[in-house]
Amino acid sequence: MTSPLQQKLKITGPVVVTANRVADGAVVYRRADGGWTTQLGGAAVATSASVAQDMLAAANVDQIRAVGAYVAPVKVAADGQMQPGNLREAIRSTGPTVDPRITF
Amino acid sequence: MYLYDELDRTLVAERVAEFRDQVARRLSGELTEEEFKPLRLMNGVYLQLHAYMLRIAIPYGTLSSAQMRMLAHVARRYDRNFGHFTTRQNIQFNWIKLEELPQAMADLASVGLHGMQTSGNCVRNITTDQWAGVAPDEIEDPRIWAEVLRQHLTMHPEFSFLPRKFKIALTAAAHDRAAVKVHDVGLRLHRNGAGETGFEVMVGGGLGRTPFIAKTIKPFLAKRDLLSYVEAILRVYNSFGRRDNIYKARIKILVHDLGAEAFAKEVEVEWRQIKDGPLALDPAVVDDIAARFRYPAYERLEDSPPALAAARGSDRGFDAWLANSVANHKVDGYAIVTLSLKPEGGPPGDATAEQMEAIADLADRYSFGEIRVGHEQNLVLPHVAQRDLARLWRALDASGLATPNVGLVSDIISCPGLDYCSLANTRSIPVAQEISRRFRDRDLARDLGPLHINISGCINACGHHHVGHIGILGVEKNNEEFFQITIGGRADEDAALGTLIGPAVRYADVADVVEDIVATYLELREDPQESFLHTVDRTGIEPFRERVYATR
Repeated sequence: MTSPLQQKLKITGPVVVTANRVADGAVVYRRADGGWTTQLGGAAVATSASVAQDMLAAANVDQIRAVGAYVAPVKVAADGQMQPGNLREAIRSTGPTVDPRITF
Repeated sequence: MYLYDELDRTLVAERVAEFRDQVARRLSGELTEEEFKPLRLMNGVYLQLHAYMLRIAIPYGTLSSAQMRMLAHVARRYDRNFGHFTTRQNIQFNWIKLEELPQAMADLASVGLHGMQTSGNCVRNITTDQWAGVAPDEIEDPRIWAEVLRQHLTMHPEFSFLPRKFKIALTAAAHDRAAVKVHDVGLRLHRNGAGETGFEVMVGGGLGRTPFIAKTIKPFLAKRDLLSYVEAILRVYNSFGRRDNIYKARIKILVHDLGAEAFAKEVEVEWRQIKDGPLALDPAVVDDIAARFRYPAYERLEDSPPALAAARGSDRGFDAWLANSVANHKVDGYAIVTLSLKPEGGPPGDATAEQMEAIADLADRYSFGEIRVGHEQNLVLPHVAQRDLARLWRALDASGLATPNVGLVSDIISCPGLDYCSLANTRSIPVAQEISRRFRDRDLARDLGPLHINISGCINACGHHHVGHIGILGVEKNNEEFFQITIGGRADEDAALGTLIGPAVRYADVADVVEDIVATYLELREDPQESFLHTVDRTGIEPFRERVYATR
């Protein structure tokens, strides 16, 4: 059986590597220097499958700080501003969409 | 209330100490996630979208006021000031930090609460009727048998690694409030022709991606045989249940593939070998367990006391709540009060720390310190003197807990959905909030009568959409949220799966579709007494389909 780390990764646009922080489960993004940040804007962006694969492999070695790393799509504006690439990632990035008039 | 003994307290305390050590080793890196995951799951700790989630069992849905106060404390100290009551008599905290979990668990253990067997491939929290022990239509308190099973199946070594999770529910009433027919094993206490009390045993019910209504494999099982027979079912499942495919691993698939009759025969063969052994229930043991259930010292009161008569008609809100949320009690002069956790526009099943504390105080003042949790994600004060109803209503109303919508269109059952859950494909709670706002007209809701809406954000069906009168299932298409709509499902003694009415609709259209379905019902019903379900049964889904898709 092929290891998940050896499986081919198909990407159709810019991606980042994201995970949850071990200590509190918070959403984190892989930085270019190998650290993790809670700010999507600080994430390293990959635009090719091979770079994304390398970033993911490096992230998966880090067993102490972050857990469940995977590649997530992002949208990058002309000015370089990053936005989550889909609803799931948007919710992970900015929190539940539950009506704020009611949420606690 | 059930009084846990020293054995239970020691078990829970030891588990907290074990988990504290496991968390320390995980945080230090001594344990990998692969090693740690099964350990945390054994304690009800999941990793969700934004944080760890802790699921706490509320056995047979019974909570003391002290336990409710502790839940409020956990919500405030370790979470974001609220908790979410689920469809299986559990509560979930969505924002717990791993590093604080051992202390949260220690706090919970101080009042006998824990997350053991709320996750993993084991026998999960055993659920029952939230009106157990007080319902006029029950033949005896089913919690005694739930407790018998709980004691036997807690940390049962043979059943700690089943092919998949295993859910048991019991009822002892004519009207099934515990949805027993959509559980892996459903038990219905009833009397046979000879006047003896025993169990109808149903097996292989369940929702998820392959929904089935449970089949009866034993119409009458004597009480002494409860443990041995359930053990035999679990052994057959453990032996023959599939472990090669997670989607085919539940007992419902085995029962379906073998056929209920063949499955029953396998159980019978196994059972005959063990039925007269140590698992045959000694009545003295059952009596001992029953004696640990403490019932209130009810006063001798009469129904419809002057205080209640005087309050009637004094406030329209009170009258609406009385008619909707207050039910008959088996003891004269008392009532069962349901506390709606479905405020108009609110997230179904959520309660704030302040609400939990208010409920605990009101339980002490008006319900002998006892609270129940129902699978509909509402709470119950089970022993309220009718003379206190008006005072209780005012206090509940002040805390946002007196919405008179129990069993009505805005009493929506919903999973957490994509706002919290890592398995979800779509959101559920905002859909429920929007539908609830559309039907905030209480006169309309009352006129519609019983109308249960169930929403699941993925095929795992935690919102039990298959058995909603109107069921809503979120699916993803090309990165967009769509929702399949079913009608005609029900979770009671006549449990049935709903029928899909047509193609999935967009997120923004779901509330409109529900309004169309409701409008169609109002046009079709023969008179205001004909319920939504009866109308669907009579007309079929076609008129609803036509209306919903006429302009879509």
